Amino acid sequence: MTTYILRRLALSAPVLVGITLVIFCAIRLLPGDPAIVMAGDLASGEYVDQLRHSMGLDKPVWIQYAIYLGNVAHGNLGRSTKSLRPVLAEIRDRYPYTIQLTVAGMLVAAVLGISTGAVSAARRDSVFDYGSMVVALFGVSVPIFWLGLILILLFSVNLRLLPAGGSGSLAHLVLPALTLGASAAGILARMTRESLLEVLGSDFVRTARAKGLRDTTVLLRHALPTAFVPVLTTLGLQFGSLLGGAVITESVFGWPGMGRLIVDAIAARDYPLVQGALMVFATSFALINVAVDVLYVLIDPRIRLP
Amino acid sequence: MIRPRSGVVPRLHTTRNAVTVASGLLLVAVVVAAVAAPALPFDPVQLDLSQALRPPTVAHLLGTDELGRDLLTRIVYGGRTSIGIALGSVVVATAAGILFGVVAGYGGGRVDAVIMQVVNVALSFPAVLLALLMVALIGQGVANLMVAIGIQAVPGFVRLVRGSVLAVRAHEYVEAARAIGCAPSRIAVIYILPNLVGPLAVQATFLVAAGVQLTSALSFLGIGVPPPTPEWGSILAGGRNYLSLAPHITLAPGLVLLFVLLALNLLGDRLRDALDPRARI
Repeated sequence: MTTYILRRLALSAPVLVGITLVIFCAIRLLPGDPAIVMAGDLASGEYVDQLRHSMGLDKPVWIQYAIYLGNVAHGNLGRSTKSLRPVLAEIRDRYPYTIQLTVAGMLVAAVLGISTGAVSAARRDSVFDYGSMVVALFGVSVPIFWLGLILILLFSVNLRLLPAGGSGSLAHLVLPALTLGASAAGILARMTRESLLEVLGSDFVRTARAKGLRDTTVLLRHALPTAFVPVLTTLGLQFGSLLGGAVITESVFGWPGMGRLIVDAIAARDYPLVQGALMVFATSFALINVAVDVLYVLIDPRIRLP
Repeated sequence: MIRPRSGVVPRLHTTRNAVTVASGLLLVAVVVAAVAAPALPFDPVQLDLSQALRPPTVAHLLGTDELGRDLLTRIVYGGRTSIGIALGSVVVATAAGILFGVVAGYGGGRVDAVIMQVVNVALSFPAVLLALLMVALIGQGVANLMVAIGIQAVPGFVRLVRGSVLAVRAHEYVEAARAIGCAPSRIAVIYILPNLVGPLAVQATFLVAAGVQLTSALSFLGIGVPPPTPEWGSILAGGRNYLSLAPHITLAPGLVLLFVLLALNLLGDRLRDALDPRARI
């Protein structure tokens, strides 16, 4: 197992190198002197010179890339041109919030999506089935920022049950998590239903029922675990879109995470911060993909490690 | 009671067709309205603060926004922006997708390996992040959004085109064409491209939906279409501070956006089912 994890991590190395390459090239494709762009409009000529030297802009491009890689490996992502704090410190303040929101959204999606899909499949063609599948369809298409505003309108403005924004307590997390998880819940509900219906039509389920097992036992002990593998795949794939969706959700609810950080940095043309934040985001995403792959092996006994 | 899988319920089939027709009609209506927008009596940009935040009336069917502009007019013009950007991004993604996809699939070897490595790296980013990166690079505005949203979709298109090219290339008629001395470019245009139309149409429909959604999301975040150009996301963003005072500013454009996205996704599904019978459930 350890070998597999190590090999899978090694396989994602090209992706990580690709990410650094894209971000390295991106800042150099910008019009104008990278040092001036990095320093910002208000920086002094002295600072620009200092930056140009520290960026090694007089050296060949591939050496510049090597220096950049070295800096990244040492956790040196530069300084924000706006707050003048190290980029890594800015990110360290915000990162836990994004993870908290994404995991909460994931939980909402998994609990809501899988249970709805399972009940829909068990009660096929019932009113619940049709009703929940229509809701799921809406969930998949609804723009995340609009759903957030509607939930605020309903639960904060009209019912005054939950806070409309900010962070600090569990109550603050409820609406953002619901907003973020909604579309993934819709996708998971449809996926679970489909997968479970297929399993329920298979021979071993008929056998289980023929030997007199109760419906609930057949469903929970025999069918559901088998139907779970494609659902888990979908769940893993959704993690990435949840991370992306967090960018938007954070802006709607004033959640102090990475998404809000990136959007503000883009608006302020704070390139070192944009670079660093995107890098951390992309790396997390690559690592999550590894984790999902490892999870498959643990859950599906049919996948054998070579 | 768990019922085994039954055949297709006829009632469901009829409902499905009705929904498809309704989706098509809705999209036609939105496009016609967007094209005919100048016929509306109000200006989409001209401010009139004395009329700000009015609820729906006979004169202003959907009320006015926070700067006194007619909301219906803004939404109709917003359709021009959103759908225009989405269609532009489809052109960008299709052109680049065909170019790189055919080169990778038909060329094979090292070229294929390099292109697919880049595609796989790009596909490992969430779409929103790719779009954000592009916007950070090339800036905001209508034309830049077309490019940014188009480029974030290119990897998906390349993979689709390459896959189709590999499938078509294996057919005997392509081998026959090659045997009688047809040039690779001619084979690509005459034999391979026509086979790509179906899958590309499906992918393009989904990209229009994703494009409309990304455009409005970026504008909502304040890094998309700059004001005062009407766009669904920025109209929503304008209304968010007046949720309790004038909820119609948030409700109306959001509902239009929701149903347009729903219609596009449903049509994409149906198109895929129609073109690929194996994928039908």
